[in-house]
Amino acid sequence: MNRFLLPLGAFLLLAVVLAVGIWHSPEKGVIPSPLLGRPAPQFALPELNHPGRQLRSAELKGRWYLFNVWGTWCTECRAEHAVLLKVQQAGVVPLIGLDWKDDDAQARDFLTQLGNPYQAVAVDASGRAAIDWGVYGAPETFLVNPQGIIVYKHVGALTDDTWTREILPRISAAAAGS
Amino acid sequence: MRVHLSVVMAVMLAALGAAGTARAVDPTELPDPALQVRYLALTHELRCMQCQNESLADSPVELAADLRREVREQLLAGKSDEQVRAWMAARYGDFILFRPRYSWRNAWLWGAPAVLLLIGALVSWRIVRERTVLLATDDAPLEEDRQG
Amino acid sequence: MLPELGHFALILALLLAGLQAFFGIAGPVLGRERWMAAVIPAVAGQAVMVATAVACLVAAFVGDDFSVTYVAENSNTALPLFYRVTALWGAHEGSLLLWILLLALWTLAVAIGSGRLPARFAARVLGVLGVVSFGFLLFTLATSNPFMRLDPPAPDGRDLNPILQDPGLAVHPPVLYTGYVGFAVAFAFACAAMLEGRLDQQWARWTRPWTAVAWSFLTCGIAMGSFWAYYELGWGGFWFWDPVENASFMPWLVGTALLHSLAVTDKRGLFRSWTLLLAILAFSLSMLGTFLVRSGVLVSVHSFAADPMRGVFILAFLVIMIGGALTLYAWRAPLLKSTAGFELGARESFLLFNNVLLVIAAATVFAGTLAPLISDALGLGTVSVGPPYFNPTFMMSTLPLLALLAVGIHASWKRGRLKDSARALLVTCLVAAVLGCGLVFGLFARGGLLAAVGATLGLWIALSSLVDPIDRWRRRLSLPRAMLGMTLAHLGLALFVVALTTVESFTVERDVALAAGASTRVGDYEFRFDGVQPLDGPNYSALAATVVVTRHGSPVAVLRPQKRQYWVQRQLTSETAITMNRGNNLLLALGDDLGAGRWSLRVQIRPLVSLVWVAAFIMALGGALAASDRRYRAAQATQRAPAGAAGEPAR
Repeated sequence: MNRFLLPLGAFLLLAVVLAVGIWHSPEKGVIPSPLLGRPAPQFALPELNHPGRQLRSAELKGRWYLFNVWGTWCTECRAEHAVLLKVQQAGVVPLIGLDWKDDDAQARDFLTQLGNPYQAVAVDASGRAAIDWGVYGAPETFLVNPQGIIVYKHVGALTDDTWTREILPRISAAAAGS
Repeated sequence: MRVHLSVVMAVMLAALGAAGTARAVDPTELPDPALQVRYLALTHELRCMQCQNESLADSPVELAADLRREVREQLLAGKSDEQVRAWMAARYGDFILFRPRYSWRNAWLWGAPAVLLLIGALVSWRIVRERTVLLATDDAPLEEDRQG
Repeated sequence: MLPELGHFALILALLLAGLQAFFGIAGPVLGRERWMAAVIPAVAGQAVMVATAVACLVAAFVGDDFSVTYVAENSNTALPLFYRVTALWGAHEGSLLLWILLLALWTLAVAIGSGRLPARFAARVLGVLGVVSFGFLLFTLATSNPFMRLDPPAPDGRDLNPILQDPGLAVHPPVLYTGYVGFAVAFAFACAAMLEGRLDQQWARWTRPWTAVAWSFLTCGIAMGSFWAYYELGWGGFWFWDPVENASFMPWLVGTALLHSLAVTDKRGLFRSWTLLLAILAFSLSMLGTFLVRSGVLVSVHSFAADPMRGVFILAFLVIMIGGALTLYAWRAPLLKSTAGFELGARESFLLFNNVLLVIAAATVFAGTLAPLISDALGLGTVSVGPPYFNPTFMMSTLPLLALLAVGIHASWKRGRLKDSARALLVTCLVAAVLGCGLVFGLFARGGLLAAVGATLGLWIALSSLVDPIDRWRRRLSLPRAMLGMTLAHLGLALFVVALTTVESFTVERDVALAAGASTRVGDYEFRFDGVQPLDGPNYSALAATVVVTRHGSPVAVLRPQKRQYWVQRQLTSETAITMNRGNNLLLALGDDLGAGRWSLRVQIRPLVSLVWVAAFIMALGGALAASDRRYRAAQATQRAPAGAAGEPAR
């Protein structure tokens, strides 16, 4: 075996690695979440529309819900708002919002003007809850199952495509299985 | 108007990096100088998840400020460096660490330099030995005017 | 009109490059004299066409022609003229055009200087360069055409990225690329030798000056980039182990190894197949760097806008070019064994160690840079690599390298005769250790073992390098440029090591929050913050702080760090204020408005940091000086190998 073929061999191996890199590169902007398959983080935060009341993660257990992180300062969140309203109208799974580092009054105005797709909105003024969920850029949406496990995460504006291809099937599959 | 994919990506990247070169100035001063040193080291070792290749120490975005606050509070609460890193990685994945974890999965990375040095030493030794033997039969004159 | 002309010129350039490649490679194989004669005209034609295309694009920028997409994306009517020209290489398409231009110019230079090469060999070299040009031109025209049009034209442009609106950055890419692209010449020489089936000492002698000049440019280019990062990004750092930086550093490391290996092949005819491999590797790393920054496979602060399609194209190009060269290598290299000998203490040994350690250093940087890709491809999950990995692992190979350099420089060829230099070595080592420790523990009164080792090594190399030249000078012997160049380059390296040590160990950095009128003391200096004022620039609005700097009460400087918002791209940049005092660099950066007139400020005191870049330029100068040695020009004139000796097996 010609040992001078080693450089060529090593190079071709590298080319394969690079090819795989290109193949995966559309996903590069999205960091895989270590929370998938893990229990959703606990929180107890004030509710946006019911000041004085607290929204606890414990109350949400027992059914599916979509946890959507947003803010009025976030332009992509405006873009996905129409899709969120559609999700709410479909009535399959409730939307729980996390108002991330935002102004309460502005947030209420936003929802009044554009429509409120959320069953309830928790206010994260300090950002700690968002950090617990591993949020690094709004909007982000998590699908949590009745056992309280995060089964899917979507980074960026939610699209019809994601709803029909990723979220609905997971809920249906679990319903069919049980 | 035909919009190139490159234009779209450039806009996206510009939006992501919209902070330009403004970096964070972080006038935190922890009461204990030893803690301050650890704080600086940790915030330099943790990646800002919203920026491209910036550390928490350098990033001006709010998320970085929030995460720096977390590091601060955990250090003040007596957590060790490794605990802080683990806490961060549990939420954001290993990607948040600039120092790759010391694990079997990264063994190839951390081990590479040492292994290469070993191979290099062996190869060098073999070559020198081979050439030293050839020296005995090598009568070719050196061109003395060449210094290079 | 002009953009069409430019586009057309590029297409013609592509055709001419194709002809250049075809005639250059097929001509010698088939023995067609007429074909070989057509190569140089093709080279000239390609250069003219590429220059025309570049001129058309520059004209589009200067004339604010926003019907050209590239101009609309990277310029603006408010952009100063100087930056309108340098915006040419501000983004992917234009920077590729720059690559192509520099390749055409290098090829032209080789064509002009090829009079002393055997005709067949010269044709092959130019032919290989033609293949590279063809590939890049095809890539540009197919995926990254800078002459694409906008219909209707944009009313105004999106402006050049504000980070790039800096004089330093105007010069950095052309110089860097000249180096990067210059390794194509060594690559072409290597491929030509493999195609000929002959590689001898003469080949090394031809290749050395070209490689040295390319290496000098690359050294300057990297130094400029680092210098610019220091001043423009301004947080005192000048090297971040960012993937794009690493992409230019890896070819540099291998290029340095190549320079030294060529010396051995030139002098003794040894390491021939290894030198061949290095020549292929250096340019391969240049091309790999091009791939990495444009394909989107890596996350980086300054990669170009990513596009997977481009990544596929470049990868295919890489596989053909490098795969082809390495196949040639596997075919020809086994025939290149020599029977020369040398002993352990000989110069050849030390150059061997030099090469091994430099290549290991490059491999380490390679591993760290590509780790995310490799880890992902092997299914090992995500990993992210930064300075905490690179710094320690890089030192593992470079510290021994530095120590061996100080010793090896005294070794003679074939029979080291190190005993003769034992005294000089010992004395220089001791003096260096004393001076080094004095610097670290005495002058700066800080720093630990690593700082002392670094300073000692740097000083030892400097003293060691000077022993032989001074000795020759005293004995009234000649000092050829090659030797002077080598000494200068090694002195530059020594200075670099010392500067790096002092900067890393003795920098003082503090972030403070100050109200107007308040002062703070950092190191030996006092900084009084006098508040922030708004002001306007040609295409930005800024907030400028005034800070009065004194040392033990006596005035030093008034610094004005700014935060700017550029009107068009709405990007915030931070302009650091920098001044020099007593060899220290004082940096001041404006942070955030903390309310009630309080602002955060970053203060840094960096001793001797400028020496880092001075050292790099000295190294580059040394390389250029060595390349200009008379031997390279004289020998070529006397050597005219018969043109019919193709296909002779090498020995």
